[in-house]
Amino acid sequence: MSATGLVAVTDCCKTFPHPDGRREFTVLDHIDVSVEDGEVVALLGRSGSGKSTLLRIMAGLIPPTSGTVLSDGKVLTGPNPDVAMVFQSFALLPWLTVLENVELGLEARGIGRVERTKRALKVIDLVGLDGFESAYPKELSGGMKQRVGFARALVVAPKVLFLDEPFSALDVLTAENLRGELDDLWNAGTFPAESILLVTHNIEEAVFLADRVVVLGINPGRVRGEVKIDLPRPHDRNDARFKELVEHLYLVMTKPTMEMAPAPATPVTAPEELRLTPVPRPLSPYAHPLPHVRVGTVSGLLELVIEHPQSGHEIANIAERLRLPIDDLLPILEAAALLEFATVSEGALHLTELGREFALADILESKEIFRREALAHVPIVAAIANTLREKSNGRMGAGFFLDLLEEHYPDDEARRQFETAVEWGRYAELYEYDAMQEQLTLSDGTSAPIAALN
Amino acid sequence: MYATLSSAALKITLKRAGMGTDRRGASSDRRMQSLLPSRAALRKLPFGLADVAVILGTLFLIALIARIGRGALVSFVPPQHLPTVDLDPRNLPYYAGRSTLRMFIALIASFAFTFAYGYAAARNRYAERVLIPLLDILQSVPVLGFLSITVTGFIALFPGSLLGLECAAIFAIFTSQAWNMAFSFYQSLRTLPQDLSEATVAYRLPLWQRFVRLEVPAAMIGLVWNAMMSFGGGWFFLAASEAISVLNQSYTLPGIGSYVAAAVTAQNMPALGWAVLTMAITILLIDQLFWRPVVAWADKFRLEQSAAVEGPQSWVYDLLRSAHVTSLIRRAWNPIGDMAGTALSALTMPRAPHVADPRFGRIADRAFTGFLIAFVAALIAVGIIFILTTVGFAEIGRVAVLGLATYARVVVLLIFATVVWTPIGLVIGLNPHLTRVLQPVAMFCASFPANFIFPFATLAFISFHIPINFGSILLMALGSQWYILFNAIAGGASIPTDLREMTADIGATGRLRWRRLIIPAAFSSWVTGGITASGGAWNASIVSEIVTWGPTTLTAVGLGSYIAEATGKGDWPRITLGVSMMSVYVVVVNRLFWRRLYALAEAKYHL
Repeated sequence: MSATGLVAVTDCCKTFPHPDGRREFTVLDHIDVSVEDGEVVALLGRSGSGKSTLLRIMAGLIPPTSGTVLSDGKVLTGPNPDVAMVFQSFALLPWLTVLENVELGLEARGIGRVERTKRALKVIDLVGLDGFESAYPKELSGGMKQRVGFARALVVAPKVLFLDEPFSALDVLTAENLRGELDDLWNAGTFPAESILLVTHNIEEAVFLADRVVVLGINPGRVRGEVKIDLPRPHDRNDARFKELVEHLYLVMTKPTMEMAPAPATPVTAPEELRLTPVPRPLSPYAHPLPHVRVGTVSGLLELVIEHPQSGHEIANIAERLRLPIDDLLPILEAAALLEFATVSEGALHLTELGREFALADILESKEIFRREALAHVPIVAAIANTLREKSNGRMGAGFFLDLLEEHYPDDEARRQFETAVEWGRYAELYEYDAMQEQLTLSDGTSAPIAALN
Repeated sequence: MYATLSSAALKITLKRAGMGTDRRGASSDRRMQSLLPSRAALRKLPFGLADVAVILGTLFLIALIARIGRGALVSFVPPQHLPTVDLDPRNLPYYAGRSTLRMFIALIASFAFTFAYGYAAARNRYAERVLIPLLDILQSVPVLGFLSITVTGFIALFPGSLLGLECAAIFAIFTSQAWNMAFSFYQSLRTLPQDLSEATVAYRLPLWQRFVRLEVPAAMIGLVWNAMMSFGGGWFFLAASEAISVLNQSYTLPGIGSYVAAAVTAQNMPALGWAVLTMAITILLIDQLFWRPVVAWADKFRLEQSAAVEGPQSWVYDLLRSAHVTSLIRRAWNPIGDMAGTALSALTMPRAPHVADPRFGRIADRAFTGFLIAFVAALIAVGIIFILTTVGFAEIGRVAVLGLATYARVVVLLIFATVVWTPIGLVIGLNPHLTRVLQPVAMFCASFPANFIFPFATLAFISFHIPINFGSILLMALGSQWYILFNAIAGGASIPTDLREMTADIGATGRLRWRRLIIPAAFSSWVTGGITASGGAWNASIVSEIVTWGPTTLTAVGLGSYIAEATGKGDWPRITLGVSMMSVYVVVVNRLFWRRLYALAEAKYHL
């Protein structure tokens, strides 16, 4: 794929070495993405898809392990001068005023004091912060801080504006407000940058703002496909086609194995059971990742779905009603599917009989159901319980399991998997965990607590 | 030695620098862990091996303490002859042991003092009004100044016997630790999490239980960090106090500091070298065998609710935890502990809160304040009269000028350290690999007693005819510049990643990046380092401005040498005058300069 665009990566891979030096973890696998002139591209993916890493590679902040990054046709070595980034955490220097923060890029380019103040004031006005030039960041609200972030990026007139989840740290109303203003500014045709590259995990945001949505998969991060947003600008949220595109994207996101066809005019494709990470079935039980969600949350979602059958089981609707981003919602769906409490197909959630029973049961009964299902369907939990059973005192140090998990996941992820497995095991009353001693102990099956610490 | 505001700031800087709960530090510890048995491996050892290690270790420690302690037991009767220091290097482990024993006795005393003092100040409004300003002043008085006053006092208390000197040495170390720790404990008590405090009141917890279950645990991390930092600084004072010249007599306590003093008098270079080596090994051993496990243990008192980040690691702590014998001992202790706890709880049941009559309260307040002011004024008056009648007004003026000379040296030192060590420290801090390697080195340099290196420098001064008026600046720097370096490393390491990415992205590089990002971000770390270094420099001046090598003594013009000489002669009025003048200088400079800078750092440069 030739990179004719403003910024492009070709065949980019990024791996990080494991701390003990033995292994590597692939974050990005053979990525090809290019941003053309005059378009808004959204990179959509769950956490773990490497989208922020990809953005930083394209901005020249991290080097790729292999592959090339081209900016305006030239190979990139070092930070990309044609690009300016807006950060999720705003990244404002607390000891500089708004004006000084905005002028920073111009100062770096050696522009004289008078000229840069003039340009900065113009852009500050453009983002709606007129009057706040002499304020310090700590006097500003989150939304205003992000406006400063936008102003700082726009004042240098970059070819492409990079946005790293710019609205994630803001409350819903402020985010909505800023999103709308960004869209208005872009649609007005006099935007200070030629293109925008937006990284997001919010499907509605991607469809609202972008001309083209690139969907990234996880394990490892790769480009699964693209969805063209063929809506007239400004994108109307009430438009039927808008809703179709959103639902299609939910469908795509909840089916990691699905081959992406372009968004169909009418939804078709055969129903498919939702499964976890699609790699060929590995031999070790510890290689099946657990979705990071608490049992109570799964129970809560199932109860909500039962109580409100009239609003439908469309995942898009559930997400909107509960205001859950996909990073929070998908693990819950995966857990429900794993435990065979529900199935996900056609972008809709359907409870099984067992799931209905689980949701409606009282606490003791639901624990019993969960325990049965966890032993039957969750490899990690079953493996831990079996290992503990094999020991005469029913005890094992956490380090043993962590070592096994570290063979399949990076350190942090291994730790998180362990903690989730402990939470599920405790709920199921299969085993107990002493955090001080870092020891797992098999439960004796009754509800009596194990004798106090040794 | 550490100003009031610095101890809290230091702790935060240390934490930010990855010396406790930072993952970066933890992963480097984990890598070092791979050289030592891992926790899981220790657990896998069959019942007995870990226990054998712990039992053997404990027995060895007890035997060691007994052997060393035997020598430390001094009688009240003056001994037949004062012990001299044998310069044979084979005695060094014994001397190091004696010194270490003093350090730990002082540490225990500091903890006891801390709990009593801090608790009294936090609980009682009137006590607070007296005790906290007193702490402020005590923290500003140079420790070695304390030593000068107290050594004569203690020796007068126990004429002729060694006990006075032992007490004086232990007291010197005590004063370098106790004020910081007491203040830290007091602050922790004042900033207890509101909800936990209310819970203990609502459940009508006896005061003893509240103390043991809430107040001490909440303060534990701050206490441990303060103790660790002060302990490191304590070696310096120990070394200075073990061989001291009082009343024209030289007293030497067997210990590593007096070994160095004897080596200096005998001009024995190899012995000095051995002493330095022994000191380094002692510091490393204590760090590994004591402080690391204590810090790892104290980590469980972290007040944040999340358990995300891996805490500090210590193989000794892991060994103790995996040994079954430790849990056996704990189980055996439980009944006794329970009985004691019940008894103490019965004695400290909470009373109904006493609602005082507000009018009476106001009158009492005003009376108390009035009384305090009168008392302090009287004290100052007595002090001034005492000085005026004994040494005269002109002397005060002379001492003030001497103070200026020392102050000039401190300023030069600080400027040098800022200009040279701060950029180096920042560069190291910005690079995680360098930080991991070099920060422990900087910490080690900060805790290694610089007065062990003084003799080498003195010899160089004598050989190359360098005037001590300037050479003493180098000596003072040897003890204190490490605080600036080590805080600069911490400052560089704590610059947030997103700000660094942003400057790279926006094209702000080179000088602009330093001017706009790195220096402002590291400002508050520099202030912390500066306060500590300045305090350390004043302290060091007492042993830097007058140095000896064999028969030669070099004396600089300054307040430090004035105090040292007055101590040597046992001249009470001059000692008091000198120490008071130094305290005045420290307090004035603190308030006029450092406190303002600190407020600026908090207001404008706070990340």
